[in-house]
Amino acid sequence: MTKDRIDRRFAALKAENRAGFVTYVMAGDPDAATTLSVLKGLPAAGADLIELGFPFSDPMAEGPTIQRAAQRGLKSGMTLQGTLDLVAAFREGDQDTPIILMGYLNPVLHRGFESFAAAAAKAGVDGLIIVDCPPEEADPLSDALEAEGIALIRLAAPTTDDARLPMVVRRTSGFVYYVSVAGVTGVKSADAAEVAPAVERLRKASGLPVAVGFGIRTPDQAAAVAKVADAAVVGSALVDEIESAARLNENVTEKVLLKASELAKAVRSARVGTK
Amino acid sequence: MRLEELVNAPAKPNDYSAYPDANGRFGDFGGRYVAETLMPLVLELGKAYADAKADPEFQAQLTSYNTHYAGRPSPLYFAERLTEHFGGAKIYFKRDELNHTGSHKINNALGQILLAMRMGKTRIIAETGAGQHGVATATVCARFGLPCVVYMGATDVERQKPNVFRMNLLGAEVRPVTSGTGTLKDAMNEAMRDWVTNVHDTYYLIGTAAGPHPYPVMVRDFQSVIGAEAREQILEMEGRLPDAVVACIGGGSNAIGLFHPFLNDASVRLIGVEAAGHGVSTDKHAASLTGGRPGVLHGNRTYLLQDDDGQIIDAHSISAGLDYPGIGPEHSFLHEVGRAEYVSSTDEEALAAFQLCSTLEGIIPALEPAHALARVGEIAQELGKDKIVVMNLCGRGDKDIFTVAEALGRKI
Repeated sequence: MTKDRIDRRFAALKAENRAGFVTYVMAGDPDAATTLSVLKGLPAAGADLIELGFPFSDPMAEGPTIQRAAQRGLKSGMTLQGTLDLVAAFREGDQDTPIILMGYLNPVLHRGFESFAAAAAKAGVDGLIIVDCPPEEADPLSDALEAEGIALIRLAAPTTDDARLPMVVRRTSGFVYYVSVAGVTGVKSADAAEVAPAVERLRKASGLPVAVGFGIRTPDQAAAVAKVADAAVVGSALVDEIESAARLNENVTEKVLLKASELAKAVRSARVGTK
Repeated sequence: MRLEELVNAPAKPNDYSAYPDANGRFGDFGGRYVAETLMPLVLELGKAYADAKADPEFQAQLTSYNTHYAGRPSPLYFAERLTEHFGGAKIYFKRDELNHTGSHKINNALGQILLAMRMGKTRIIAETGAGQHGVATATVCARFGLPCVVYMGATDVERQKPNVFRMNLLGAEVRPVTSGTGTLKDAMNEAMRDWVTNVHDTYYLIGTAAGPHPYPVMVRDFQSVIGAEAREQILEMEGRLPDAVVACIGGGSNAIGLFHPFLNDASVRLIGVEAAGHGVSTDKHAASLTGGRPGVLHGNRTYLLQDDDGQIIDAHSISAGLDYPGIGPEHSFLHEVGRAEYVSSTDEEALAAFQLCSTLEGIIPALEPAHALARVGEIAQELGKDKIVVMNLCGRGDKDIFTVAEALGRKI
């Protein structure tokens, strides 16, 4: 199980000659029950992989949208363990959709790497992205995750040069996450023309599928990225839906799943008619 | 100490000044915990700093600005009346509040801006708590003609208005940060976000001896001028080394600058004073070593105030400059190996020391060193009459008069 689920999913996407659609939401935003109902609805809305953020008090790489989501998550009482509980509850009804946890190192460090890895595997987590743990500092975490078959998914950025690439893809599995803009989440837009060569370079260096995120908000942007990458990640645009629906007292789950399905459609049809 | 504690205790290094290692590690602390986008920049900065450090021309340039622009060396002053008042060891002040801009922060700002220009960077950003580092950065940016953006927590903007105006006069843009609780840690988060967004031209001038490697070692090196001068001055004035050196600690830049040149002088006690706010047993303090545990924040592994889920807890101190939930990694290391001692002073104790220093020595200290001074009396008494203690008076108190007046219930 675990990272095999990621490999199987990307193999299936390749067979269908389409890019995957990866969604990001924050655990506990605005509360645990809503997050669980969103998670349960995402696969049917077209999510091929799910990234689930666990909140941190000081999310240094996030733009205002996800900063506020983290604050709402913490306010609702969400914790790292609470996030694992959400994954376990999701897994009761879905054995196929890979779940990647995404967040910052300190909550995981505080929990203890071995304890976290064991609990995450048991809950049904397939991969982990830690924004503030570059490869130079990742070995102890990699040891713990590899022992449980969980993929440590690495970020590559526009600033990652050729000399650094081998370091970045060392001990990584599942896929590589290309941060398509130098900046925080949800602010700048990805430039599809610059994304294509970067994706190619990363595929070659890692031998893994490449997902692209950080600058994709609209169906058009998602489709442009889906033409060249193995997956397109959308986070802030979905979190914005959650925020506005919660503020307007609308049905959060319905609104965010509607948005997700629009984006999924764009990703799924991006390569129609191409080989 | 129980046997197992002795066995498990970290080995005592032979040379405390040999840290960090090539990866920026002080024992278990330090490192480079930043997002991948910043990692190449942090590595480039490490190389550029190593190169500058070894370049006599860079060092000569820095020394020249330290002398003619900042006014170094700062005096070492025998605080005779405070010594008499406490009736113990002779108390000396290292007068870093007499530097240009009124604190030790100029030492580091000068060093880093010379490095930034050497690297061809054209825009400077900084974070600030009390505003002392912001003022120092705005000052050197004005001097060298570089645009400057200073991130400052909205709470701090409110309680340090004179420094905000000072930065504006110097041509810097002050951006209030409202995320989190609007204090130093939030300002640092926001500065990191700016840096990651403007990687091509921007230099992040960090003010304390924390952050990803090479910042802790770089800031320490630039601040070590404090301890190097103090060591030479006390040898000249007293013919011997002091028995203790004392400094306040938020992130810990003035303390590490004072301590570092004394690290291998085994007879010299190194004492850092954290901010205990309302008391370290309350939830309103900023004493990371006394009340925190190791974790990762702002690019380095160090002691942090955090809850059971690893969320960072907001610090509290009457002094905006000490109001930080972490501490530089080298202090965490010196604490764990036992080379330095760390104690704390409450808001109330610092206020009393602030007034005592003003009336007995004619020096209005900043609230930050007032925390150190609040422990110096008992340290002097404990050491006894024939001993010597040197305290770093790292900033002057003009910026704090409104805060102090309010705390004393006075309207000005």
